[in-house]
Amino acid sequence: MGIATATTSAAAVPATSAARPAKPMALWRALNTALHDILEDTPEAFLLGEDITTWGTGGGIYGVTKKLADDFGRGRVMDTPISEEVLISAAVGAAMQGCRPILEIMYSDFTFLGFDGIINQAAKARYMFGGQFDVPFVLRTNGGSGIGKAGQHSQSLETLFAHIPGLEVVVPATAGDAYGLLRTAVASNNPTIFLEHKNLYNDRGPVSFEPIPFGVARIARHGTDLTIVATQQMLKRSLEAAEVLQEQHDLSAEVIDPRTLFPFDMQTVITSVKKTRHLVVAHEAVRDYGWGAEFVAQVVEEAWNDLDAPPRRLGGLRTPIPYSEVLENAVIPSANQIVATALATRRDRQHV
Amino acid sequence: MTTQTLTAHYDPAVQGFTGLATMTMIRAFESRMPLLSEEGLIRGSTHPSVGMEAVATGVSLALGPRDTIASNHRGHAHCLARGSDPGRTMAEILGRVDGYGQGKGGSMHIGVKELGIIGTNGIVGAGIGLATGAALAAKQQGSDAVAVVYFGDGASNQGVLGEAFNLCAIWNLAVVFVCENNHYAQSASIEEMVAQPDLSQRGTAYGVKSVNVNGMHLDAVYEAAAEAVARGRAGDGPTLIVADTYRYLGHMAGDTEIYRSADEVQEWKDKDPIGYLARALEQQGVLTAGQFAQLEADAARVVAEAEAFARNSPYPEEFRAGTDVYEETV
Repeated sequence: MGIATATTSAAAVPATSAARPAKPMALWRALNTALHDILEDTPEAFLLGEDITTWGTGGGIYGVTKKLADDFGRGRVMDTPISEEVLISAAVGAAMQGCRPILEIMYSDFTFLGFDGIINQAAKARYMFGGQFDVPFVLRTNGGSGIGKAGQHSQSLETLFAHIPGLEVVVPATAGDAYGLLRTAVASNNPTIFLEHKNLYNDRGPVSFEPIPFGVARIARHGTDLTIVATQQMLKRSLEAAEVLQEQHDLSAEVIDPRTLFPFDMQTVITSVKKTRHLVVAHEAVRDYGWGAEFVAQVVEEAWNDLDAPPRRLGGLRTPIPYSEVLENAVIPSANQIVATALATRRDRQHV
Repeated sequence: MTTQTLTAHYDPAVQGFTGLATMTMIRAFESRMPLLSEEGLIRGSTHPSVGMEAVATGVSLALGPRDTIASNHRGHAHCLARGSDPGRTMAEILGRVDGYGQGKGGSMHIGVKELGIIGTNGIVGAGIGLATGAALAAKQQGSDAVAVVYFGDGASNQGVLGEAFNLCAIWNLAVVFVCENNHYAQSASIEEMVAQPDLSQRGTAYGVKSVNVNGMHLDAVYEAAAEAVARGRAGDGPTLIVADTYRYLGHMAGDTEIYRSADEVQEWKDKDPIGYLARALEQQGVLTAGQFAQLEADAARVVAEAEAFARNSPYPEEFRAGTDVYEETV
């Protein structure tokens, strides 16, 4: 049916920012720049969210909307009441009427207050009405743990959103991806959940100011002995783990960042597994029933004969995210656990 | 601001006559629903609005072509009064490919983009947020279009309403909140489910201009709606209209109606909106008994043709189950 491989064409993004030289910047600044460029060249776009103009240094809780209200006015960058339910469904209604609203929900945990708008309305409006309506709605929010925000400000909900037909789910891990994927999210005519990670906002990386298409995974590190699939904070830890595996165990890990969980790029993963014959999936969302299980299942179905060992999954424990640092560190996978799991996978091959 | 000319006040020869024709057609259409359901042609549930015709009709008469409506599970009348084709509407209810949603939506999910119908909705209060968004879109686009949301007394107990009232009031969004108080949320009576029976006070509490109208009287509904629409167009913000009305049939086809008495139903049938309007128009000299009989005959013919169209429309081919989930970019 062509659904699972649907991609949003990056060609739909206006090209006014082309030919700008690439430069390194923090992830939050890359998002800020993307929003600036979007407001400049997309008249249908506007931003709304709680405390997005005057909090902190003047741009929401992590600075992503800094100075945008100054540059584009309060007509396009709007502070809202604390009313997630109506804000989410209003953004959907505005999108159905030809706008490109970009709604910031302060923490992804708060999206639960507006799930009707996301799941019953945004995700289904195109389908139930027989394809009459585009829903170019972007919900920007942050998920993930690592900075002591505790149980109701730290969840990783990407699996939950990826499960819903009709939604696109974006999980950028680097500054460059954050810029490029946000440009594509706003150009997309599908509702998009754009999940930032609160512990990556200050990570710096090169930004080339080009849109990045959905459904195209990035090989973050090339390798030959083992494939690791990971997103966001787990990607970072997987890259650290890959260095340890190389230096201490002479194992060459290939690390893949899916970048979007729907649409998703299975082909890059399968091609890699055919080469390395070993797979580990690491994510911060709760491991049980998580998206890693989906990736593993598809690899098993499509490349069983290319595997030398059972694929393994790492994910968050089946607990809420605790507050105390020692506990918080205990509930999501560490680089050391990724190393240990990779070694276990390689050991398993002897039994094959 | 550019707008089409609105008749500020109800004119029996204009809104009255047109309204009576529309209401008569809706009555004929909705009266078929339980029968089509019994025949097995309607899957799931269908929620007729017989008795409530004056609300959808009176509000629609006050709207212009660029305005938007959001509706709920009991939405056929809202769509028909807004101008949806009876044949395509019924085809959707029967799950046929010529329905507005190719049979994917059914009775509770009818959307018509070219008429500004952003959907009937299986979530009773969901249209409240969507209409707020349509009004926000109009503001962003520099348009004076108004968004209407229809919801029932039951949905008035959902939290989104308070959030929407506040947001529309602070941003002066042009939303007309039309609460159809038909006295029952499924089987739960308004008396048991609401401590403050004057629902219009809820809007007032949030700074939303709020009025009560007799929802069985087309003229009253029209005048309140025209005023609310004019206020929205002028940038003066939202209005809540609470229309007191009643559904003659059950919550849905097949409802046993054990929760209310036949006497109560009869009491409301005695206030029938179509009978009331026809009598008034006859007294006002803009309708003869013969013309009314002709309107009823026309309505019966339109609905019979719609039904024939819907019955003859094929069921969608299986491949359509997988289309329109996402925009299909090639």
